[in-house]
This record gives sequence, C-alpha cells and structure tokens, in this order.
Amino acid sequence: MADTHTTTHAGLAHHFDDMEQQREAGTLGMWAFLVTEVMFFGGLFLAYILYRARAPVEFAVASNSLNVTMGFINTLVLICSSLTMALAVYFSQTGKRNLIVVFLLLTMGLGLTFLVIKGFEYHEKYVEHHIPVRFATYEFNWEGHASGHEAASIPVDDGKVEMFFWLYFAMTGVHALHMIIGLGILATLVLMARRGRFTPDYHSPVELSGLYWHFVDIVWIFLFPLLYLVGAHLH
Amino acid sequence: MRNRRSQRRLSNRVFMEIAEKVIPPRTHYLNATYGVKSWLLTTDHKRIALLYLASVTFFFFLGGLFAVGIRLELLTPKGDFVQAETYNRMFTMHGVVMIFFFLIPAIPAVLGNFLVPLMIGAKDLAFPRINLLSWYIYTLGAAFTVVAIILGGVDTGWTFYTPYSSTYSNGNVVLTGVGAFITGFSSILTGLNFIVTIHTMRAPGLTWFRLPLFIWSHYATSLIMILGTPVIAVTLLLLALERIVHIGIFDPALGGDPVLFQHLFWFYSHPAVYIMVLPAMGVISELVANMTRKNIFGYKFVAFASLAIAVFGFLVWGHHLFVSTQSVYAGMMFSILSYAVAVPSAVKVFNWTATLYKGSISYNTPMLYAFGFIGFFIIGGMTGLFLAALGVDVHVHDTYFVVAHFHYIMVGGTIMGYLGGMHYWWPKITGRMYPEAWARFAALVIFVGFNLTFFPQFLLGYMGMPRRYYAYPEEFQVLNVMSSAGASILGIGYLIPMIYFIWSMRYGPHASANPWGAFGLEWRTSSPPPTLNFEKTPVVTWEAYEFTPRDEMVVVSVRDLLDETLRPRPVGSE
Repeated sequence: MADTHTTTHAGLAHHFDDMEQQREAGTLGMWAFLVTEVMFFGGLFLAYILYRARAPVEFAVASNSLNVTMGFINTLVLICSSLTMALAVYFSQTGKRNLIVVFLLLTMGLGLTFLVIKGFEYHEKYVEHHIPVRFATYEFNWEGHASGHEAASIPVDDGKVEMFFWLYFAMTGVHALHMIIGLGILATLVLMARRGRFTPDYHSPVELSGLYWHFVDIVWIFLFPLLYLVGAHLH
Repeated sequence: MRNRRSQRRLSNRVFMEIAEKVIPPRTHYLNATYGVKSWLLTTDHKRIALLYLASVTFFFFLGGLFAVGIRLELLTPKGDFVQAETYNRMFTMHGVVMIFFFLIPAIPAVLGNFLVPLMIGAKDLAFPRINLLSWYIYTLGAAFTVVAIILGGVDTGWTFYTPYSSTYSNGNVVLTGVGAFITGFSSILTGLNFIVTIHTMRAPGLTWFRLPLFIWSHYATSLIMILGTPVIAVTLLLLALERIVHIGIFDPALGGDPVLFQHLFWFYSHPAVYIMVLPAMGVISELVANMTRKNIFGYKFVAFASLAIAVFGFLVWGHHLFVSTQSVYAGMMFSILSYAVAVPSAVKVFNWTATLYKGSISYNTPMLYAFGFIGFFIIGGMTGLFLAALGVDVHVHDTYFVVAHFHYIMVGGTIMGYLGGMHYWWPKITGRMYPEAWARFAALVIFVGFNLTFFPQFLLGYMGMPRRYYAYPEEFQVLNVMSSAGASILGIGYLIPMIYFIWSMRYGPHASANPWGAFGLEWRTSSPPPTLNFEKTPVVTWEAYEFTPRDEMVVVSVRDLLDETLRPRPVGSE
C-alpha cells in the first residue's frame, strides 16, 4: 500500500502501536513534566510565603521600588505570546505550514521582547545597587535608595529588604531561564515546521511545546502580582 | 546421584553442541548489535538497564569502601585510623554515594527499567530516548560527585544542613550538591517514563488490577519521584547560590531561616526513603507470589498500600524535626501521621505472610532474600515507630538507634529486595542461571553479617552513643567491635554474588524462558528477550498470579522449546 509512505507513519515511533497511543503518551508525559515544574517553583513560592509573612512591610517597600510599568508591559507581552502560541497550535492542527512558522516566529519575538525588557529591569537594579550580592567591587545597598515618594521614608530592616530582592532575582531568574529554554524549543519547531514535518495527523510537538509555553506564562501571572504589586498601595 | 547429574549435564552439552550446529543462534537484545556505540547510543530499555546496573554496582562498592573506613575507625574508642575531619568526610561520602547513586536508582533504574515494559507487554518504555538521557544525566551528576570526592569530599553529612553547609564547611559542598541536583533529574525522567508507560502502553486485556504488584509499586515510586525530586532540586539550587554569592535564604545571620532548609530537604528526603523501599516491596510481592505459587493474599490491598505509602509519605517529613524549632503541635501531627504510614506497610507484611499459608513454597535463593526482607523490614519498621514517638525520639535522636533503624530499612530492605530480584530475574536478563548453592550460601552470609553489623547499633544508640562521631567512650567498644566484625562478613557476602554473577554470564547453564515456572508476561518471552520483547504483542486473558494447571500461553522460539524439553531443570526450581 502507498499508505505506508504517508507522513502519518513517518511520525510513528517503533515502539507504539498507533498514532493515538503515541499522542496520549506524549500528552501525559508533558502534563507529568509540568507537575514536576509546579513542584520546582513550589519551593520558591514557599520561601516567598514564609519570608513575606515575617516581613510584610519590607516586602511592600522593596516591591514598591520595582518598575511596575515595565512589569505590566511584560505581562501583556507574555499574554499576547500565549495567544500567538495557541494560534500556532491551531494552524498545526489545520495543516497551514506557513502560518505555523509565522506564529511560532511571532511567539519567539514576543518572548525575546520579554527578555529584553527584563534585561533593562535587571540593569536598572544593578545601577541602583539592588542586586543582593556582596563582592569587593559590588555590594547591595538599600541606604542610598531615594525613590522620592513616601514609601522610601518608611523605616525598614535592610536585611529583610535584601531577602525580597534575593527572592525577586531567584524567582524571575529561574523563570527567565525557562523562557530561554522555551525559545530554544520554538526555534527547533520552526525548523521542523519549515520542513513540513507537521500535519493534521502529526502535530504533537507543537501542541506539547505550547503547553510548556503556557505554563511558563502562567508562572509569570503569579510572579507579577507577588513581586510587583504587593507594594502598590504605598504610591 | 552425582553421577547421574553429570551424565545429564554431559548429554546436555552434547545436545547444545548439536543444536548450535543445526539451529542458527537466536537473536536477542544482547547479541542484536555489537560494539561500544551500540550500547552507549542504545534506546533499548533492557540495555539501558544494564548500563545502570554497571553504574550502580560501581557506586555500591565505592560507597562500601567508605563504610569500610568508618567501621575501621570505630574498632577502637580513640581516633587512630583517621581523625575527626577525615571521618566526617567518610560518613558523608558514604551517605551521598549510597543514597543518591545507589539506593535511589538501584531497583527502579535497573530492574524497573528492564521489567516494566516486559511485565506490561510493551515493546519499550514510552520515551526510549529520554530513558537513555536519564542515564547520561545520572552519569554527569556522578562525575561531579566523583570529582568532589577526589578533591577531598565534603563533611556536612548527606543532609547538607545549613548554615554549616552554606557558610562554615570547607568541603566541596557546591560540587557535591550540583552532583545530587543533576542526578535528581535522571530520577524525575525515570519516574515520568514509568508513569506514562504504565498508563498508555499496557497490552490488550491487561487492566489495572491484572498488573503485577511490581508495577503498582513502581507506579507509586514514580509518583514520589516526580513530585518530590523537583523540591530537592530547587533546595540544592538555593543552597548552592547561597554558598556562592553569600546571600542568606537559610542563613540566620542574614535574616534567613535554617529550619526552612530542613523542611524543604525532608519534604523530598523522607519520601525518598519510600523511593528506595517501595520498589523493593514490589520485588518481594513478585517473589512471594511466584515462589509460593499463589496469588498474593489481598492483592488489591497490597496494590493500594503502595499508593497509600506514597501519599502518606509526603505528610511525615516533620518527624525529622522533632528536636529543631518546629512547634510541638506540628510535632504531634507529624507523629500521628508517621504512625499512619505504618498501616499500609503492615498491610503488606501481613499479606505476604498470609500468602505463605498453604503455599507451595520453594526455598531457593530469591525466596531466602524475600524472607530476609520481611524480617528486617519488620524490625526496621517497628523501630521507626519508636522514633515517631515524640518522647522516645528526644532520647534517641541522632544516636546509633537511628542509624540502625534506617540501615534495617535501606540495607535490610532495599538491598535484600534488590539482590532477591537480581537472582530471580538474572536468568531473564542474561539467559544464564547463577550457581544456586553458592547463592544460598551468600544469602546466609549476608543475613548473618547484616544482623551482626546493625543489631548492636540499636543497643549502642539506646545507651546513648551519638552518631557521626569518630571517637567514643570505652564502654561502647565491645558492641562496636561486633558491628565492625559483622560489616566485614557482610562485605564478603556482597562480594560472593558479584563473583558468581560475572562467572555465570559466561559459564552458567543456559536458562529456559521460564526457569521458575513463574507467572507474569516477562516469563512468556524467551531468555534473554528479543530487542522488541515479544514476537507478537501478548493479549492478556488471565488475572494476576492466576496459578492454575491450565496451559500457559508461551511466546518462545523453537530453540527455547527444545531447551525446555530436553534439558534438566535448574536446581532451584525443583
């Protein structure tokens, strides 16, 4: 049968009986992986809850010094990237090869935008000496912080402020690392899509990478209020 | 008798010589391809299991080497073989190597990897390349740890408690931590692979309650692997960052909380105990059912007990913190929950014992290990209840009582299960039988050596000897000498199987497809199995361990059928 040469069979790995079984295995595998990711971030969130409960004022004041505008723009960028990713998945299901590539590239562009904005934010923190490290050439310094509004006048324990920044960099850093890995995955998908690897019968890689991308977005949806907005009432 | 046996052996050899000329050699997973590359790039779960077997065996003996150092030092009350600093590094490296690189991967990554697809009638695990990746990740983590050992090791204890590990220790904390961190991902990938495989790749007709109990226990283990391991990963990441950039998430001097580390650490590391012992329980269920030729008494209870242990296991970590700053009310809850874990554990022990009743028991090597496991697990488990009691724990916390308790579980439980399983499935893995008499002798040596090593430690701990000290008062010497003597017997006991297993790979008598007359899909394919496990996908129409006189469906090659009818059965199966 000419059937054996269609792309349906090309995507089927030797140890699966049929495409359905392969798709189920892949989907379950990705969801199980996302569960491990939840547990991974869970450790950081636990530390956040513990230290915020101990130092609510310091966390609010320190959070107040973050750039909410940039954080908000980044939130929008990521939500848009989720939309473009979902569209890429949709077009992989309908078999529009060019549109898959277009929307994957758009998603990558938005992801890159996020990272660039994040880079500017990190740079700002670096200039302000808010990166919580102690080296001979560079030290965390909250004393010199003068944001000009009343939040700066609230007396705080510098050590606890530092703890906020420590969590800020750990959480956003691990999140950014996931974004970078995501960009790598999307780049691979673009190459595969250009070669016409995805068909309505075989598009699991796009779908599963989409799940991962959405997960990373959702983590940010939690990080944004916890890190940027807990001090908003001080404005 | 002896004459007749050697005659049979002779005619067997003649038969094999003729057979080898007449029948072309059967292709199986071991001889399908040759060369180093065909092993290092394999995606066959059976070959990956053997890669893991080589690695964990290496680490078992490496960890054992540190144990030798510890027991040598403790022969005498004073520090003469080594001093405190070296001793601290030895017991730390013993713990790190044994736990992260032997006990956790031993049964799942070797026996589980080999058997999960075979037992459920699949061609491979769901993600064969991820399976290979997990071995490379393990190897990378192992490399970091070996480098750390060569550079002088680490002295924090395998628990890496802060702030000692993050601030004061001058050992290679980061390297060792990174090693454990990386290896954790191999464990996650193995667990993920098992869960997906068990869910999606079962043979037609193989419903959940027809699964071997080995599969149930590996499913429960995998749940712990994917839920717990990421937490230790992020904890070790924070520890490493804290040590490198000196920012205190766990450092009280900087507003951090060292007890948070203990909570995060034990949130993984207590369930990790069940990662180590649940697979062994799965092995024991197989051994007890097949060596008594009966279904396990209360099959469903044993199956659900595995899941219950996995779930409860996540709720008891606080019993490691009874004497830290944890609130006494939290302590009471953790104490009660720890007692709750004893229930499903006891269900298993009672059901294995009840299975023996009116069973047709074979007292061969695998079964000897199963008996050993059950006895040791009872002692280890019951002393666990002592430790879960708040008042008693204050007295025996951080003493040799604890050391003896968890060695009864990990060495008496996990390693007995592992060795029992290795003997039981050795003919399937290699296609050769091990020498039964030597194997029984080794099991006996291990039994004696183990008890002599660890039972005195209960007494030492109860009398107040703290763990992790290189020197001790003179009145403890007699019991310590007993323990060291036992350790040397135990060491010899472990070397004997090492030797005869290697011997049997070349000289052992050929094994038939099912030398034990055992139940289960893995015995319905040839030994060793072909690369894709079954010549055709089996259809399951029977219940688990349904021992009946009916003819069993056998998917074997002609050569195996000839073997079976013409050759003497191995000694152990009579």
